Amino acid sequence: MPSRSTTNVVIAGLGGQGVLTAASILAEALFRAGFDVKQSEIHGMSQRGGSVSSHVRFGDKVFSPMVPTGQADFLVVLAVDQVDVARPMLRAGGMLVEPSLVESKQLTSKRSLNVALLGTLARHLDVADPLWHAAIAATLPERLHAANLRAFAIGKMP
Amino acid sequence: MSQKPDAIRQLASGNEAVALAALHAAVKLGAGYPGTPSTEILEVFAAQGGPAQWAPNEKVALEVGLGAAFAGARALVTMKHVGLNVASDPLFTAAYTGVTGGLVIVSADDPGMASSQNEQDNRHYALAAGVPMFEPADSQEAYDFTLRAIELSERWRIPVLLRMTTRVCHSTTVLQTPGHPVPPAPPVVFVRDIPGRVMIPAYARPAHRRLRTKLEEIAAWNDKEGPNPIIDRDGELGIITSNVTYQHVREAAPGASVLKLGLTYPLPIETMRGFVASVRRCVVLEEGDPFLYQAARAASLEVSGKPEMYRFGELDVERVRRIVAGDTSPEPLPTAGKPPELCPGCPHRNVFEALRGLGCIVAGDIGCYTLGVLPPFSAMDTCVCMGAAIGVGLGLRHTLPLEQARRVVSVIGDSTFVHSGITGLVEMIYNPPPTGHVLIILDNGTTAMTGLQEHPGTGRRLNHEPTGKVDFEALAHALGIKNVRVFDPVVESDAISGIVQAALAKDELSLLIGRRPCLLAAGASKARGKADAKP
Ligand SMILES: Cc1ncc(C[n+]2csc(CCOP(=O)(O)OP(=O)(O)O)c2C)c(N)n1
Ligand code: SF4
Repeated sequence: MPSRSTTNVVIAGLGGQGVLTAASILAEALFRAGFDVKQSEIHGMSQRGGSVSSHVRFGDKVFSPMVPTGQADFLVVLAVDQVDVARPMLRAGGMLVEPSLVESKQLTSKRSLNVALLGTLARHLDVADPLWHAAIAATLPERLHAANLRAFAIGKMP
Repeated sequence: MSQKPDAIRQLASGNEAVALAALHAAVKLGAGYPGTPSTEILEVFAAQGGPAQWAPNEKVALEVGLGAAFAGARALVTMKHVGLNVASDPLFTAAYTGVTGGLVIVSADDPGMASSQNEQDNRHYALAAGVPMFEPADSQEAYDFTLRAIELSERWRIPVLLRMTTRVCHSTTVLQTPGHPVPPAPPVVFVRDIPGRVMIPAYARPAHRRLRTKLEEIAAWNDKEGPNPIIDRDGELGIITSNVTYQHVREAAPGASVLKLGLTYPLPIETMRGFVASVRRCVVLEEGDPFLYQAARAASLEVSGKPEMYRFGELDVERVRRIVAGDTSPEPLPTAGKPPELCPGCPHRNVFEALRGLGCIVAGDIGCYTLGVLPPFSAMDTCVCMGAAIGVGLGLRHTLPLEQARRVVSVIGDSTFVHSGITGLVEMIYNPPPTGHVLIILDNGTTAMTGLQEHPGTGRRLNHEPTGKVDFEALAHALGIKNVRVFDPVVESDAISGIVQAALAKDELSLLIGRRPCLLAAGASKARGKADAKP
């Protein structure tokens, strides 16, 4: 098996936007795809609307749970005004996934922007759709499944 | 194993892993007080059917856990690092009495202060009290070490510290259960042991010697078969490390040989000595204080530590790389994010607005309401530890010039009041300042700061079921405080200034209670109500 070196994803936004939920879904999908995965976050006061970020790292074997500054391969940002705060995490040539990439008019609820942006990220990851769907189902309560599966599909559309 | 859980591979946080281990070891009682980053341990344990309860504070939680362990039951006690300060009184003597059932005390430290008032390094408690300490590096070890801690606790009849950090508690990593098997729990029955458990000097003197003998035995065991693996690479650079720092080390220095310490008190000094001798240069890499480094130097091991600048904050891959390279050049500053603030519509807001308007000197405390220190309120002058609002406010009142003393107000949250404010209230009636004093309890019916936990003032248990309730007004009346006034900080927002001013003008003792549920708690309890109503 070819060795898969560690890929780094940082998800950033504001408290209440679903940063941590998006990170959990991402980690769960990658885990189901057979990667070693680590997800790390700082909560505590994040609930009160401050900046929040979560790191997800995956590969054959991941050591540190934290993405080193300037080494994120992907930076997913849920709040436009947080792009500048989070940008130092991104490596040169890394990919920024931001709200403008999603057809927001199609989103029935702003609340599922986090999952829509995961859909956009999914275009670039080697994880099959059914695994994403299973991860969404495993992470969110049942009443939110349909809306979030839809949001994921909207984000994934090229 | 007391229970035979299926082998499952899953993603779990360090906190979830501890909870699962406690379930699988049939822990009979989980007790604690909320505190980031430890809070989820008991919540997950309870959600999976484990018997868990919040105590009014960490000292009581540890005492309840100790009683359970005297009965022969396995007990888990959880808290954040500063919680162990509160629980340190029973801790030091519990090390003497020892236990019958396994007693594991989780201390969740917060290097970098993601959500704390200090970054104290609780490894010093293991050394100072003389209790063994495990330090997990990820969720798998959080699970395995919880089980090993129970086993060690029962084998040597000693309380054991499980020292976690924010990055282990709140990182999600792969967990395979069941891990390390534990022998079946001892029977739960009272067996009298007066000299073992009644610490009068005549019994405590031999108990201290027993403790030291146990620690010598455990150190020898740790050298022989402790959880301290060596990764053998080149003989040039060796690194001694532990906990999550190990992960950063493996990434920053993949070519180095590594001794990873799992049981960091009492240390396996001979294992460390052998490792140091096997490499040309050896660095001790640890977050926080130079705890391992000083122990190694005291044992005359030829090791180097880290420059002082790395005592502060968390370590990460880059900082570990810098330590190995001896790099002390200034580090880049992190970009400042948006600071947290009180929710729009939070009932605390109006109180701080009033206090600012009145020019009060505010002895504050810890909770969501500490955000009253930030603009636009800037209405808090002190915040030290839970409960300090009252004592500090009284000290200011006793000594300031009268004109200033009359502007001093103590402000405390409801959970914090129950945790350690009640003794402050007793002090207030026992040593009243000449100008009297005004205490404001911000009663939002929950422990909001740490994620909406119940406490004895809400009258609901950890699982939200109704139980006995501390009545703040009745308590104040019983203590002889004549001026007790309850107000609704939202409905009566315009009246708050007048209410505080009237109390300040009296030169008497007053308790003002701003009572209005936290917005998030109100939402959560409504959702629970609906769920309860479902057929
Ligand atoms: C000894 C200790 N234990 C736990 C904590 C964590 N902690 C800080 S404030 C707080 C309670 C906050 O609740 P409350 O006083 O009701 O204020 P609210 O957040 O609801 O406004 C807790 C549990 C701490 N800082 N110190
Ligand atoms: S969580 Fe509750 S107490 Fe905390 S700021 Fe929001 S409304 Fe206020």
